[in-house]
Amino acid sequence: MPWSRTQIAERLAREFEDGWIVNLGVGMPTLITDVPLGDRAVFFHAENGVIGFGPVAPEGQEDIHLVDASRRYVTLPPGAAMVDHADSFALIRSGRIDVTVLGSYECAANGDFANWKTKGSKGGVIGGAMDLAANAKNVFLMMEHRTRDGSPRLLATCSLPVTARGVVKLVATDLGLFAPAGDAFIVRDLASGVSIDDVRAATAAPVKE
Amino acid sequence: MARRSKVVANFDEAVAGIADGSTIAFGGFALPGSPFNLTAALLRQGAKRLVCVGNTTGGPRKPRNPDIGMLVENGQVAKVICSFTAAPRASDVLPFTPYYERGEVDAETVPQGTLAERLRAAGAGIPAFYTPTAVGTELAEGRETRVINGREYLLEYALPCDVALLRCYQADEAGNLRFRRAQRNFGPIMAMASKLVIVEVEEPILPAGAIDPDDVHVPGIIVQRLVHIPPAPDAIWPTLKETR
Repeated sequence: MPWSRTQIAERLAREFEDGWIVNLGVGMPTLITDVPLGDRAVFFHAENGVIGFGPVAPEGQEDIHLVDASRRYVTLPPGAAMVDHADSFALIRSGRIDVTVLGSYECAANGDFANWKTKGSKGGVIGGAMDLAANAKNVFLMMEHRTRDGSPRLLATCSLPVTARGVVKLVATDLGLFAPAGDAFIVRDLASGVSIDDVRAATAAPVKE
Repeated sequence: MARRSKVVANFDEAVAGIADGSTIAFGGFALPGSPFNLTAALLRQGAKRLVCVGNTTGGPRKPRNPDIGMLVENGQVAKVICSFTAAPRASDVLPFTPYYERGEVDAETVPQGTLAERLRAAGAGIPAFYTPTAVGTELAEGRETRVINGREYLLEYALPCDVALLRCYQADEAGNLRFRRAQRNFGPIMAMASKLVIVEVEEPILPAGAIDPDDVHVPGIIVQRLVHIPPAPDAIWPTLKETR
């Protein structure tokens, strides 16, 4: 059985270390704020300057002035802080972010990934992704292994314009957890009932154990 | 010594005199800090050939609040400089997009941190800087890079603006600004980068000194015009539902 989106989030969150500063991209990665981390404590950083934010606010307790980078009404547990955009990105650029988890259209075995521009689009959806990708200590991706029409998203090289080169440490999909290793993806974990041959059939790059 | 008050009576007075061809910075990230009332006044004011700087041109969400995309639809914009120039969901289309695709408006798509730092640099008297962001991407093609201590960096230029349109929580008559929570975002750096700083203020304008100097996010010496936002329906007060 392929992993659900929640299971992908749970599997990736197991890689977080105690004390990490974590930045979550828009879409699937936001599921990670709901994953219980046991005795590990992490701090969530949002591009719009919300440092150390907590869970999404319960209905009726939202604060109109307080959203995270995905426009969710979040909460501020004790210890949280607010900074402006320049300081927020200074934290990113100076390497303070331990991990960023981003959604992506494509991931390549050489560690490149592409998540800002689709085929034929004149404009782009960069947001904070290029700053995070170039500067976070770890870049993790969370994505569906294939497109809706079944084409592989894990490739030997990206076909779309890249967000950053050679930065992806781990990519978690519905089929498992993989590490780009230059010329191949190394299997770190598989969803239950998914075989390495299933992964190979769904991937346009070599897959190794 | 008498000092001319920075407090103006309404939004139209606040945007009076903004010239054709101005570069305008629009504060805000999602709802917090977005100057919806001043943007609505700029739509009425009608300045043309504007260069609009902001995080996004404005999303496909409904109901729409006044944004850069509406100025584009109103024929007032020559160029946008934003970190989002397409819709986050491929199935959505920004109101801005058809104008961009037809070549009626130009766009520069900039990583958000680079946009912030270009504004910060402009406000800090720094003409350009090197950043590791976007190295090796399409955005860096044909541009100046430099290897410093073994790492490649991309040269980015400061982005000075003529006008900043902002929304904040509190202000005093001296022009000192205080934001609340995520409202701060681009506000302080856009103010510093701009010659004319115009602010819509949520709380009634306070007497000078009512904001503790330690709590001031933008010093009043760089702020020219303040306007208190009257209650709805006479002004735009976004509600929680609008981002749900």
